[in-house]
Amino acid sequence: MIFKVIDREELGRLFALLAPLGRVIGPVEIARDRRGEHRHGFAEVADFEALCLDYGTTALPAKAYVLPYRERLAAFRLGGQDWEKVPGPDQERPLIFFGLHACDINAFNKLDKVLLGGAYPVPGYAARRREMFVVGSDCQPRPACFCRSMGADTARHGFDLFLTDLGGSYFVEILSSAAFNLVRKIAARDPEEDDHRRYRRRVAEKNTRFTTQVDTTDLTKILDLEFQSEVWQQWGARCLSCGTCANVCPTCYCYTVSEQAGLDLQSARKIKTLYSCNLVDFAAVAGGHNFRPTSHARLKYRYYHKHRGFVEAYEEPLCVGCGRCGESCLAGITVPEVIASVRGGES
Amino acid sequence: MPDSSSTPKNYLGVPVKRPKVAFFELSSCEGCQLQMLNNESSLLAFLDLVEIVRFREAMSGGGDDYEIALVEGSVTRSDEVERLKIIRAQARLLVALGSCACFGGVNQLKNRFPLDWVKREVYGEHPIDTAPARPLSDFVAVDLKIYGCPVKKEEVERIVTDLVIGKDIAYPDYPVCMECKANGNLCLFELGEPCLGPVTRAGCDAWCPNSRAGCWGCRGPATDANLAQMLAIMDERGFSRETVIDRLECFGGFASQVAALRAAGGHR
Ligand code: SF4
Ligand code: SF4
Ligand code: SF4
Ligand code: SF4
Repeated sequence: MIFKVIDREELGRLFALLAPLGRVIGPVEIARDRRGEHRHGFAEVADFEALCLDYGTTALPAKAYVLPYRERLAAFRLGGQDWEKVPGPDQERPLIFFGLHACDINAFNKLDKVLLGGAYPVPGYAARRREMFVVGSDCQPRPACFCRSMGADTARHGFDLFLTDLGGSYFVEILSSAAFNLVRKIAARDPEEDDHRRYRRRVAEKNTRFTTQVDTTDLTKILDLEFQSEVWQQWGARCLSCGTCANVCPTCYCYTVSEQAGLDLQSARKIKTLYSCNLVDFAAVAGGHNFRPTSHARLKYRYYHKHRGFVEAYEEPLCVGCGRCGESCLAGITVPEVIASVRGGES
Repeated sequence: MPDSSSTPKNYLGVPVKRPKVAFFELSSCEGCQLQMLNNESSLLAFLDLVEIVRFREAMSGGGDDYEIALVEGSVTRSDEVERLKIIRAQARLLVALGSCACFGGVNQLKNRFPLDWVKREVYGEHPIDTAPARPLSDFVAVDLKIYGCPVKKEEVERIVTDLVIGKDIAYPDYPVCMECKANGNLCLFELGEPCLGPVTRAGCDAWCPNSRAGCWGCRGPATDANLAQMLAIMDERGFSRETVIDRLECFGGFASQVAALRAAGGHR
């Protein structure tokens, strides 16, 4: 890791250097909510001034740019008895994320394990991910954040450079040669002892701000022990089976595939749509049997995948503790509360 | 209208029949049929896929030799019952097109009031024969329902294509929120507005929430919709029970749920 310090003004120059290289995606303000709070989302940004680097967690995750909610997997031209595959769209422009928080960087790292790490890497995702350039930025924990409990509060890899705001200047961690070459083109200096101190103070101070914790001690075992716990029924009774939690989750990747013939019967498409294990028919199979017909069974499955099965397979949960699912769930179902209730006593 | 009845159709080498299709309207605004004419880019392909023998909004005249009847509108008069029975006897497949045909639609709002009063309010000195608005399925067997007020043209085209090639017809079981989130919307509840998206069947691509208007449930309930939780959410956020019932009641899709609510809570 190489460290540098840049003045705030240099960030605009960094942006200008990156912008011609791809589609810059960054945090922007999207609305004032009913409480008068500024809400943010990721959007394609053409102008550095439109970026809002001092943002809370975005309502929707960055994954849609890399793992779209709807994606054409293949298109076919049909003729007579025969058919041929129509080549996909031309190569897309590389994605440049400007201002990803640690949780969202870690979310991509987790997605990589599943979507790139298996025997059959997912083509669209792999192409976009390989080309991706990531500028990370530090954040201030919000009440819903529990990334620290999930071990996702710092990004160790999965970015090119990472900015920490020292007030007036940025502490820059450089992780890739592309980033190194880029930073050489702006005014950057080597950090001094005082910069190190300011950086460590900033990080230490951030760590005092976490208000929500999840106790993950022996969680895989506790989930097994509590498989029949009645708290699942209670949460299930509230669940709307709406899929919002998976859609706002930066680490959920489940999908369904549908095929559609064109109106002219001379073409057909295969469409991938992100899905959610909370949806009524997620575990319905041919012949009509549904393995998880009740909302509590489905909700439980979500937690078992994220905090038990995934942990057993990868030694880490499929959750970065960003808090989006709990904040978006209209039924008020949050990860910290569900896990606390399963552990018992705490709620 | 192009006559391509002579062109034999096939799908992947398997010959398929161009079914004869007729559109009908009972009590309705004909907005669903209008949707079908709305998107010129696919209209010709649609007209080529099936053979339209009757479509009042698009052609004059009309044959009675059809296999698929797409019936729009609710039943509000005795002569409509007779027409519907004749259509049922002729059609191999009777499709309820749109929320009026599926649930009674906006028309069934009048069922809340005494019929005499309704007639006086609407027709004044010129009363006509009108009965409470009912969905088609109250009178005849309905083979297929296409939800929406209005229907979503893309969905109708997909369903008709699947019918022609003999594929199973599938609807989303999940609610509108799923499509709303896929479109990247910030939830309307976050903006302080009510929405029936969590309990309403998707398939509209979150048409209303995309335009920052809360869902009114025109497609009826999603499979296993959790209405109790929907009500709790509305209560929690300060939307009165009457506001919620007004919404649930608007298109008739939630009729049984509203009846249960009224019975339990004594609302009106
Ligand atoms: S947990 Fe919440 S967001 Fe997830 S499906 Fe249930 S109601 Fe929807
Ligand atoms: S499960 Fe919830 S808190 Fe965890 S990563 Fe997904 S949205 Fe964030
Ligand atoms: S199974 Fe559920 S929790 Fe796991 S990735 Fe899929 S949608 Fe997300
Ligand atoms: S706006 Fe409506 S449809 Fe969209 S997420 Fe919110 S409740 Fe669901």
